[in-house]
Order: sequence, then C-alpha cells, then structure tokens
Amino acid sequence: MGNRKLLLENIHIEGFDTFDVYRKNGGYRSVEKALKSMTPDEVVEEVKKSGLRGRGGAGFPTGMKWSFLAKPEGVPRHLVCNADESEPGTFKDRYLMEKNPHLLIEGMITSSYALGANLSFIYIRGEFMYILHILEKAIAEAYANGFLGKNILGSGYDLDLQVAPGGGAYICGEETALLESLEGKRGNPRMKPPFPAVKGLWGCPTVVNNVESIAAVVPIVNEGGDAYAQIGIGRSTGTKLISASGNIVRPGVYEIDMGMTVEEFIYGDDYCRGVANGKKLKACVPGGSSVPILPHFLVTKTATGEDRLMSYESLADGGFATGSMLGSGGFIVFDEDQCIVRNTWNFARFYSHESCGQCSPCREGTGWMEKVLHRLETGHGNMRDIELLEEINKKIEGNTICPLGDAAAWPVAAAIRHFRDEFEWHVNEPQQAQTKNYGLITQPSVAV
Amino acid sequence: MKAHQPVSQASNEPVEFSEATMTKIKELISSYPEGKHKSALIRILHLVQSEKGWVSVPSMDKVAEILNIQPIEVYEVATFYTMFHLEPVGKYVFEVCRTGPCMLVGSDDLIDHIGKKLNIQVGETTSDGMFTLKTAECLGGCGYGPLLQCKYKFHEHLSKERVDELIEEYRSGKYDQN
Repeated sequence: MGNRKLLLENIHIEGFDTFDVYRKNGGYRSVEKALKSMTPDEVVEEVKKSGLRGRGGAGFPTGMKWSFLAKPEGVPRHLVCNADESEPGTFKDRYLMEKNPHLLIEGMITSSYALGANLSFIYIRGEFMYILHILEKAIAEAYANGFLGKNILGSGYDLDLQVAPGGGAYICGEETALLESLEGKRGNPRMKPPFPAVKGLWGCPTVVNNVESIAAVVPIVNEGGDAYAQIGIGRSTGTKLISASGNIVRPGVYEIDMGMTVEEFIYGDDYCRGVANGKKLKACVPGGSSVPILPHFLVTKTATGEDRLMSYESLADGGFATGSMLGSGGFIVFDEDQCIVRNTWNFARFYSHESCGQCSPCREGTGWMEKVLHRLETGHGNMRDIELLEEINKKIEGNTICPLGDAAAWPVAAAIRHFRDEFEWHVNEPQQAQTKNYGLITQPSVAV
Repeated sequence: MKAHQPVSQASNEPVEFSEATMTKIKELISSYPEGKHKSALIRILHLVQSEKGWVSVPSMDKVAEILNIQPIEVYEVATFYTMFHLEPVGKYVFEVCRTGPCMLVGSDDLIDHIGKKLNIQVGETTSDGMFTLKTAECLGGCGYGPLLQCKYKFHEHLSKERVDELIEEYRSGKYDQN
C-alpha cells in the first residue's frame, strides 16, 4: 500500500490555508467542473459510484443519503456539515480543517450544488473556536473570488455558507441534535422519522455530512467516482483519516488507503511506530470510544487467524464477539500497564456526562454504569456488580431515541466480554487492584 | 488560602453589552434568514461570555430581549451547553481534558498537579481571582494530550514543568492579546 493522499496531499506547502496558494495547487477545480460541465444529479451519481461511506462513524453510503433528500417545489434545502467532532479518540476533522480549510469549503460548494442547497452551514464544536475563525477567513476569500455568493462562476447557481459553533455537547454530533442546536436550542435528538432528508433544519429537507465525507467529494468529482472506488478494499473504498492516540510512539492523524493491515498501522515506520516506551500492546479501541475494545490477540488478527485490515468489514469481522468497528477512525492504543476497568469507568463517566437526559434508559443507565464501575475500580465492588452492568447494558441498548445509549453500552459490554478476569480480580483483590495493574491477559475469555 | 467566588453574583441589575459585542451580535442576527434569528443564540452566548467572563441571569435576560424570545429559551440553552459558565469564574479558566486518551497519557496526574500548584480543588477559583480549575470531557485533541484549554486556546503535550510555566505566562498577561 502506498501513502496516497487525497485529503492531506499538499498541506505542508507554505500558506496552503490561503485561497491563492490552494487555488494555485489545483484548488476549486471540482467547483469549476461541477458547475460548468455537470448537472447536480451527475455529481450525486459520481458520489454513488465512489462507494464513499459516511466518515463520521456510521459508515452509511453518502451517495445514497444524498439521493434520499426530498425536493418539494418551492422549499429550500440545506447542506449541513457536521464538524462537532467530539468522539473520544477522534481529532481528524480538526486537523483537516486547520491544515486544509479550503478543501472543506470547496467540498461544501460542490456538494451543495449537487443537492440544490442555496444556504449551507458548517456546525463546529464550540471548543474549536479558533478553527471557526480559520474557516470564516477561508469563506471570506471564497466569496471575494467568486466561488460563493450570487451566480457562482457565471453558472447562475447561488450559495451562501456560514459557520455556527456549538457550546460543548457531545450529543450535538448526532445529526438531529445538531440541527436542534443549529436552531439555537438544546441538543436533544429528534424522533425519527421524519428523517432530516425530509424535515431537517427549520423543517426543510437537509443533508448532514461529516467534514471528511464532504472533503472527499472534491477528489471524487475531480477524478471520478470509479477512480475513487479503485482505492481501498471491497466496500471500504477510498482513503480514510485515522486519528491515532494513546500509548504509541507517534500519535497523530494519518491518511491511509482503506485495507492496509492493522499491524502495519500500529508498528509501521510511516504510522504509529509501535507501542510507546518499548511496552507490549494490551488492547485497542479502533474506531472511537463507542466501539468495542479488542484485546491484543484480536487486534492484528481476526478470530479466524486472518490479517485484520483497516476497513469497515475487517474491523467488524467476528461481530461484537470478536470484532469491533472502524467507526470514526479514532484509534486508541493501550499498553500493558493500562487498567481496563479504570478506562471503562472513564468512558462511562463521559457518556453519563454527555447524555442529554431525554430518555430514561440512557439518562439513568449511564449514571448507574458510572457509579458501579467506579465502585469496582476503587475496590468496593462485588461479583454481582459485573452482572448488574450487563443487565443495565441490555436495558439501555436499543431503547433510546438516538445512538448515544448504544454508544455508552457497547464499550462496557465489550470490556467485560474480553476482560472479565480483570474485573473479577478487582473484586477479589481490591487491595492489589489499587496498587498495581492486572497486566496482559493470556487466555481468551470467550471462545475465539 | 481559601477559594472563593471573585465577584458578586447576587446582582440582578440589568446589564449592558459593549458596543463591539453589540455590533457583532447584530451582524450575526442579520446573517440568518428572516425569522430564524434564534439560530444565533449559542454564538451570542459565546460573545457575552467572552466579554463578561461568565453568563449571568441578567446577561441571559438581555440576550432574550435582543433576540425577542422568552428568557427561558436562553436559560434552557445556556444550562445545556457545558462551555458556558453560569457562575463567576477566575480571569483564566483552565479546562483540562480528562477523557480516555488523555487519561492514558497522564491527565489525572496533571489535574492533581495543577490543583496543588494553585491550591484549589477542581471547580474552585484561586483567592486572587486569577485561575479557575475545571475538567472537561474530550476536547478533541486526543493525540496531543495531556492538554488544557483556556479562553479557546489549546495548550498541548503538557508536562508538569510546562504547566508551571504556563501558569506564570498567564499571570504575566502573555495571552491577553489574543
């Protein structure tokens, strides 16, 4: 696999965040191509052909999502970019927007044209206020150069683009909560249906796409959907930004071709360069805090002994029993000294803090999980607590309006599934558990 | 040294916003389509907090008046989003990320260290009113931890030594221009 870059290609060029330098290096070609030589439906068709799947975590085909957009006569439509990047372990969109803001603006223009939107938004988490200013500067430059505003490039197509900040709420990454927030309300997810494609922002048909998905539209339109689909493996097409964090030598954001091996990603010289401080790998969360954790023996190989690949399918191989998910590409690595119970409690605390409080199973359940896990972690738990966690999990999963409940339940279930011995050790040896770590597991606790 | 609240929060006196803030607010409101001006609310609250340091009830009432919406529509939003300080805080608020990936690289120790250094607990303000220590859930810089944010500025790859310097830098006004 090469180091092909579609999204981060020229970011090291001096001044690449300015319109002039970006344009000189081939920027805004997709806008020219789309507006001058393609119909909106032809753009949608290229995105469908590319096989691009939503980069925010769910992996739903972007072209299909676009084709669901309702187009009632006389009703405005909107494209909203989800830049609320808040999933623990994920920081790729921040990197992309900071280093290559015009790529996102270009993607927004081309995509808005495809969808027939004349007013589009980028909703960015409030903590990224400095990036909001970077984007606003890029947008002003695009207006000044005739790529935004009335009659873009003489095509007769009008588009206004605005950035709006959140205020520190993970839930606003859920698309209907995001729309509520964009309307100046609390970020409570909406009941679906109606889906945003029918009733979204201010009741108008709306598409919500992740930053990376919208950026990927640029190379797709430039090179064609078929060319994009040739990169990657199977139904995991194109390149993917992976945010690597935790106990690795070289944390950071990497653009990879889908389908490279997990082994190369963790240990390769061009990527993470192995576990930090010469330690051993204990576990890995490959797609952001919401996806199941994998113990070391299921990270680089699947349960059937095949190489684990960085793709939607391979990371999910084995289902939740022995697999995980690509998710948002938030790749978190744990070394042999990390405590799984402590980490699981930490994530549970996160979800409890971030639950919007609308649905009882999530509001109450995440709080319970945090308390029970804290009890176990601090040496005050008992065996019944482990079963209690599993029961709470089952009561949350599938019983809430939005997926935050599932996202809170899955990591806990996976941690118990793979590291039950470590949980039991916290109950049986509470004194020891406070002073040292359980270390690596050697025996799979489930049949693999 | 006992932590305390640096300014009176009991006041129910109406507030005014500076001319600069009002100009920005008006610009924001006019950027939205007719009748959709409530969409500007969250950003207005950011502007108010940047000017006043925190978001008081009189400030929220003023925002409601400007947007011509009910005060409760502002309260319910300000209380939902964790970036808004609903009580007075120090001149500089250190929000240290404590979520998973940052914990893996030592955020717990860092939070302890800052607390000891400033002689306050998480959630408290130093008696001179300079610093408030808070923790935050995932700030989106997982590869650059441990990290903290202060007035929208990120400080990353923090060691205890670097944080000690940072405190002095803030004290000396180094970041006040931005």
